[in-house]
Amino acid sequence: MVDRIADPWGPRTPYGPGEPWPVRVDEFLDGDLTEADVDRWVQSASVLHSNGDAMDIAVSGGRIVGVRGRAVDRVNRGRLDPKDLYGWQANNSRDRLTRPLVRDGDRLVETDWDTAMGRIVARSKELLDGPGGWGHFGFYTSGQLFLEEYYALGVIGKAGLGTPHMDGNTRLCTATAAAALKASFGTDGQPGSYTDVDHCDAIALWGHNVAETQTVLWMRMLDRRRGPNPPAMLAVDPRATPVAREADLHLAVRSGTNMALMNGLLREIIRRGWYDRDYVDAHTLGFDELCRIVDGYPPRRVAEICDVPAADVERAAELLGGAQRLLSTVLQGFYQSNQATAAACQVNNLHLIRGMIGRPGAGIYQMNGQPTAQNTRETGADGDLPGLRNWDNDQHIAELARLWNVEVDTIPHWAPPTHAMQIFRYAEQGSIKLLWISATNPAVSLPDLSRIRRILARPELFVVVQDLFLTETGELADVVLPAATWGEKTGTFTSVDRTVHLSEKAVDPPGEARSDLDIFLDYARRMDFRDRDGGPLIPWTGPEEVFEAWKECSRGRPCDYTGISYDKLRGGSGVQWPCTEEHPDGTERLYTDGVFNTGPDYCETFGQDLSTGAEFTQSEYRAREPNGRAFLPAVDYQPSPEVPDDEHPLLLTTGRTVYQFHTRTKTGRAAQLDAAAPQVWVELNPADAERLGIAEGDLVGIASPRGAVQARARLCGIRPGVVFLPFHYGYFDQDPNERTPRAANELTVTAWDPISKQPLFKVAAVAVAKLADGDGVPAPAPTVGGSEPVPGADVPATVGGPAAEAVSGKE
Amino acid sequence: MHLAHYLGLLHRAQCNLADAFRQVADAHAEEPDVHHLCQQQAKRCDEHAERLRPFAERYSEEAPAEPDRLHSELFTGTRTGGIGLLRDLQDLYLMAAQCDISWTVVGQAAYGARDEDLLGVVKRCEGETAIQLKWLRTRMKQAAPQALVVAE
Repeated sequence: MVDRIADPWGPRTPYGPGEPWPVRVDEFLDGDLTEADVDRWVQSASVLHSNGDAMDIAVSGGRIVGVRGRAVDRVNRGRLDPKDLYGWQANNSRDRLTRPLVRDGDRLVETDWDTAMGRIVARSKELLDGPGGWGHFGFYTSGQLFLEEYYALGVIGKAGLGTPHMDGNTRLCTATAAAALKASFGTDGQPGSYTDVDHCDAIALWGHNVAETQTVLWMRMLDRRRGPNPPAMLAVDPRATPVAREADLHLAVRSGTNMALMNGLLREIIRRGWYDRDYVDAHTLGFDELCRIVDGYPPRRVAEICDVPAADVERAAELLGGAQRLLSTVLQGFYQSNQATAAACQVNNLHLIRGMIGRPGAGIYQMNGQPTAQNTRETGADGDLPGLRNWDNDQHIAELARLWNVEVDTIPHWAPPTHAMQIFRYAEQGSIKLLWISATNPAVSLPDLSRIRRILARPELFVVVQDLFLTETGELADVVLPAATWGEKTGTFTSVDRTVHLSEKAVDPPGEARSDLDIFLDYARRMDFRDRDGGPLIPWTGPEEVFEAWKECSRGRPCDYTGISYDKLRGGSGVQWPCTEEHPDGTERLYTDGVFNTGPDYCETFGQDLSTGAEFTQSEYRAREPNGRAFLPAVDYQPSPEVPDDEHPLLLTTGRTVYQFHTRTKTGRAAQLDAAAPQVWVELNPADAERLGIAEGDLVGIASPRGAVQARARLCGIRPGVVFLPFHYGYFDQDPNERTPRAANELTVTAWDPISKQPLFKVAAVAVAKLADGDGVPAPAPTVGGSEPVPGADVPATVGGPAAEAVSGKE
Repeated sequence: MHLAHYLGLLHRAQCNLADAFRQVADAHAEEPDVHHLCQQQAKRCDEHAERLRPFAERYSEEAPAEPDRLHSELFTGTRTGGIGLLRDLQDLYLMAAQCDISWTVVGQAAYGARDEDLLGVVKRCEGETAIQLKWLRTRMKQAAPQALVVAE
């Protein structure tokens, strides 16, 4: 047995290059139960991180009692993340919502579904009546629902109401991945496969603390690192994360300067001849302009901007330039920082100029932050159109109109769909009057929370919240709908490397809770949305029907699901799209032939200027004659919108711990996870702490121009000048009368990347001061992960004890 | 040679555009993208003006008196609200368009004067002005339906 709180990654199963990753089956059952007590195992996959780990849900006596990794699956080969091992317990929480709630003055009171839905539909019909009625609706959804739910919601918004105001919280986690893939390769879709870890000879992790965000992927990397001929490893991160400590080379860059680093690395690689001239000539566009831009970033200048040694920049270039099978992964350190899309594109550029794409080991993961983020993007429940279609291509819109049997002009396509921050701005100004929030908690997760609370509390704004629990956002709603969750409903979702999994219903939801799909379909029925022949726009009654309809929508597009069915997903491993009649087993890697999705009739975007987001037109795009070649976009480094000054001399970055997910709606209700990371903390470099007179465990105030929070100090390996707050901690589990400000997003700035529109969570200027002595009691921060204390600190290790003992069975 | 007058016209147009970008940035600070990108583009206009200055000075030595009505006033202050934002961006668009056509005219004159240095400046800057126009158009296209059809 392994305490997977004390050791989140479990025992090693080392392997060498080109070998299959050994199986290791992880399992956790409630209390003293054994497999003999389990009535049935129900197939599913993880929704508490974005890796897409396949698992079976154990059911006993009509309740979920545990989980077990699926050995047969290509993604995890039996392994599970600690959040999956323990997080399912939240399903059984006593404070689940079981009945709809409606606002009665200052209170939310229980009611029945007819009353709750009746209020939503009455308000909807009132708003829709008249020109411009569509513009009063805003939808803010999630990265945690199922594909079928997103697709149904997308059709409701685009063909039912005709509004472009729909986005997911994927805007906060994965919008830059999509934007960078589109800008480089023509459409969304990960080029690589998780199996690239098995083949690579170097791994570069760009702002990606994979050890805490996708633990199973990290286990795969660690197993390679412990086996023969291990891959070299480069980490770029301002924090001393487990990844940074494992890496052969760690560049702790100053927050907000990724672009300068990338330009400098590309310059070295080009000048030292470590690029593939033939590949560049045959398969890319823009190399001369790329050379012109990066030439301005010699190592000494990069060292000044990024505050890292110039020699380390050169060493990093050597590591990257010497690799024969380079694997790159990118996440929030790039996506939520300054010049997000431009910096993420430079990672694509690195692979393109080295010809390191489309073959085993040479891969790119532009990661997702959430389990089903990929599906929000594919189905058009965020700022994209269904099937990775191009909003500016009339033929693509006509295809959707034919598919849904509606007039072309019903579908909003005069601009890209409205991004989340703009939706909230319209709500703030009063033109959006109904905001429907599903499976996400913006009152904790969006930047500048006092502003978000003010918007949600506006009396003129009708707020619908659909969730499992009464979240901080739910408290401000006009109608709260109790939703079923993972294990209580059936549907599919897709991992970073395009692997589609089926998650089946294991148990009934509590009380009157309904699946998100049922709620959306009920709304569509009550609104009586019609197609152009007067038939029902949305005739579906269950998830499999929606999946079949989605397959038609995906036909011929990069994310082609037509070869997948529920039956095909049952029993075996997940399947990677595109999966068609011609490729019935799916497709492991994209762009194996160096032909990219940049054809003007096929691509998802006609491109944008990387420094402003200015849209290029179709004719400008055609004039470049991309014809299957990838783009090499490049721009100069620009400082962040907010940089430190005398009043706010430090830089705040926010992020995650391995033990919590998002705003802890589930993980905060699983005892083992909650105990491991029960309360907010702030990470400081010992040198900064000493200057400020702060010791381990002291209560510290952190203030930005937007607000202030309090947290206990953890002295650790974060770079000087930067402080870190985990963003998980809101207020639901504090006494309403004694809430102390602790949510990291009280401090963050309302600003976003000009291309991906992803908010900048990693670059707020703050002031830090000691508020009270800790009297020697350490901060409530885990000793595992980025918050590992400085060596020799007197801090008890984070452990889970007997309650966290799990099976970790090697074959 | 009248080139100095057009250089002066373009120089002042760039300065005025920089100033207008800053005023719009301040007036619409609640639109963070507009605020940030207007600040960024104001700096770009400053750079353009700075690059033009030595040429304006050099050619002014050979120039006759400035003609009447050379300069025009395109900006008289910012507005508020959704439609105010749209209208302010439209002012910026017209000012950037004036710069854009002036770059073309000055570029033609640079060919005539066989002035490679000036041509280099034009080639570098006119592309950045074109991006400003494109960004303003993109942002206005996004804002127009909500501001003109939906908002009360």
